Amino acid sequence: MTLDDVPALARGCAILGTGGGGDVETGTLTAVRAIDEYGEVPLIPLSEVPDDSLVLPLSGIGAPTVAHEMLMSGEEPLLIRDEVERILGRPVAAVMACEIGGSNGVGPVGWAARLGLPLVDADGMGRAFPEVQMVSMYVAGRPVNLVVLADVQGNVTTVRPIDGLWSERISRAVCIASGASALMADYVLTGAQARGAVIEGTVSKALAIGHAVQEGADPLGSLCATLDASVLITGKVIDVERRTGGGFVRGSLVIDGTGDDRGRLLRVEIQNENLIALEDGRARACVPDLITVVDAQTAGAISTESLRYGQRVAVLSWPCDPIWRTERGLATAGPRAFGYDIDYTPVEELNHG
Amino acid sequence: MADRTSGGTVARDLRIGVDVGGTNTDAVVLSAKGEVLARTKQATSADVSSGLHTALTAVLDQLGDDVRRVGRVMLGTTHATNAILERRGLGKVAAIRLGGPATTSVPPAQSWPADLSAAITARTAVLPGGHYVDGRPISKLDPGALRAVLADVAGEADAIALTGVFSPAFADQELEAAEIAREELGDAVPISMSHEIGTLGLLERENATILNASLYRVISAVWDGLQHTLAERGLDVTTYFAQNDGTLMAIDYAVRYPVLTIGSGPANSIRGAAFLSGLTDAIIADVGGTSTDFGVLYAGFPRESSAGVEIGGVRTNFRMPDILALALGGGTVIGPDGAVGPQSVGYRITEKALTFGGDTPTMTDAGALAGRGAPTGTPVPERLHGVLGSAVRTADQMLADAVDRMTLGKTDQPLIAVGGGAFLIPDALDGVAEVIRPAHGDVANAVGAAIAMVSGTIETIIPAGEGRREAIAEASGVAGRRAVQAGADPAGVEVVEITEVPMSYLPEPALRLRVKAAGPLGNL
Repeated sequence: MTLDDVPALARGCAILGTGGGGDVETGTLTAVRAIDEYGEVPLIPLSEVPDDSLVLPLSGIGAPTVAHEMLMSGEEPLLIRDEVERILGRPVAAVMACEIGGSNGVGPVGWAARLGLPLVDADGMGRAFPEVQMVSMYVAGRPVNLVVLADVQGNVTTVRPIDGLWSERISRAVCIASGASALMADYVLTGAQARGAVIEGTVSKALAIGHAVQEGADPLGSLCATLDASVLITGKVIDVERRTGGGFVRGSLVIDGTGDDRGRLLRVEIQNENLIALEDGRARACVPDLITVVDAQTAGAISTESLRYGQRVAVLSWPCDPIWRTERGLATAGPRAFGYDIDYTPVEELNHG
Repeated sequence: MADRTSGGTVARDLRIGVDVGGTNTDAVVLSAKGEVLARTKQATSADVSSGLHTALTAVLDQLGDDVRRVGRVMLGTTHATNAILERRGLGKVAAIRLGGPATTSVPPAQSWPADLSAAITARTAVLPGGHYVDGRPISKLDPGALRAVLADVAGEADAIALTGVFSPAFADQELEAAEIAREELGDAVPISMSHEIGTLGLLERENATILNASLYRVISAVWDGLQHTLAERGLDVTTYFAQNDGTLMAIDYAVRYPVLTIGSGPANSIRGAAFLSGLTDAIIADVGGTSTDFGVLYAGFPRESSAGVEIGGVRTNFRMPDILALALGGGTVIGPDGAVGPQSVGYRITEKALTFGGDTPTMTDAGALAGRGAPTGTPVPERLHGVLGSAVRTADQMLADAVDRMTLGKTDQPLIAVGGGAFLIPDALDGVAEVIRPAHGDVANAVGAAIAMVSGTIETIIPAGEGRREAIAEASGVAGRRAVQAGADPAGVEVVEITEVPMSYLPEPALRLRVKAAGPLGNL
């Protein structure tokens, strides 16, 4: 990963953020700074991590508004790595993104540069989700084992939660004590434990998405081809509704079709991320499949926070990683996990069946 | 004259508005009743001052003896923007951030274009300080460390930019640090504090603050040019600068916050259009030679952009009018297939357009053929009628789309067409109740500068539940005091805007709050 890759990665991560995951801008600046100072980051497949070496999944936790104002000190990755190695008694071989969507997809490049470690071409979501336990490692039944948080002051907190749900609860409380923003490692796994429990190839996928959007003469077409995505509708945003509840920004978005889609209306339900696309009361796509709203011309991602009346957009949807379609995957991050009383149907069946 | 008071003194009831744009410098003189008594449009000069001098002289000459009645001069200028784009006359800034040990992962000015950074930054430093989101300090301010940095830059830095983490909500450390800087460097070195300039979002606010600090000399030079002309005419008047939100700053305030003049051009057009038409809520289309700027007038002020703005390659987040620029103006070139733009013949329209005997089909020709604007000078060849007619239909669709985007779907609003190319706007447009073409619309920006009010704003974080009302009341008080500080009449200050945005992932429900107060200028 070079300096030139960072902006493309950021564009890709914004699209995989499905409307949430936080602004990629600050993560981009941090990564650029770290590469500049500590050198380029090798991107390696999981197969290159030895069985008994550690993979360090890192992510920022907290309120995006706070992270945008109170930037990290930059030393947090060192504190976490040292603590993990001290407790587990073996070296960390590589850094991994917990979630590839949004700012947490870009951040790991900078954190890996700071540590002088390679970045594993994989993550724990293949997209963005709002809660700590919503990761493939949890779905795969790996023990959460050890959670380490570090904050801007240098405070290091080690948690030994009994499962992913407790990890979410306790980490959130520690994060709040740290000023609503911290860096954390959870699901620290050996190379052997990581195999089969993480979603591989997602960093190169984000890079490919970023390049497709940036370099193609037809950004939207290249993006759809890269993602193998269906265009649910092309049209104009005619309504955006937001409200807060349970720490999330909830709401919905209505798109009025234009061109060939004239006369159609698509509604997207939002909880930080885009979760369900509905047309005439029927789901056209739903979580954990990915739904993203992009600018119809540039194919740049539009976050749920920057949606506005009048934007010309395309709504894309494409299949999630198979691990999310398992029983435990759907129980963790299916429609019902987000409070929607609908059964999950794969996006390709909803649109071609 | 009737307006003269008894006792031999002369009422100083006239106002001059000047707008120094990229192409033209416009000036108007307004009476107390708001009548346009004099007006001029001159070419903007490279040095700004001579064009300003020519425009002011032209309107003053039109006034004759009534020159003595001029009491105020309001100046809007894009000079600060151009200084940044051209890296001209910028001061050297010491950028000091209060946030350590947080924020050291990205130092000040890291993302700036190298040449701009080289032109502006004398030194950057991250010192202990800043606040958490709930107001606790991240670190106490370290006066010793601050004094050491200040001693190091003394004689080298022309200005200081101070940015503290969460300072828009908790300003005490920036104020304390500014006090220390004044002790160390004296009053000659101006100090910019970020809480007075931008909103939440550390790097964007810091960028705006550094740009602000670098612009002191630039804006002082414009002011000196203005003072020179006024002194030459023996005029003792009060002068103001127009700022991005369509309100005025007293001169001492403007010299401290020059970056706030950067969006004053479009803001003045919007306010001027409002004044000339008598409306408080409308869409404004300012049509020039190469583009049309759409803005929204909401409760008498330009609606502000919610997204950040980039200036000279630097991301900032201070308040700017929400403008949609469309590549469509009088000089826009029409292709052989009726395609509209984006090329434009711009200022060469009087030699290039068909109507003026040239060889390039433009929107001016298409408009004239469609019966908009003046009758054609040179008849348009008949073979081009179809192409030009189709261009007009395309252009009208572009205009209707732009109106739809700006109105957020509200279809009953009037549209005020101003600027030299206003004739291109049709009398009926989808989504618009009525098209209004006020007299003097072509100098609406100078009128906007002349009639502007004074405002103050505050942005902070408040609890969403209990304590919300009290917090809003307190913030309103601060916004009002800031308006008075900027020159408003305390008796006339009102809260004109309150914006609340919920924040996610916080333990206690919290809101970002922005309050704006505005009022008419105090009496002379």
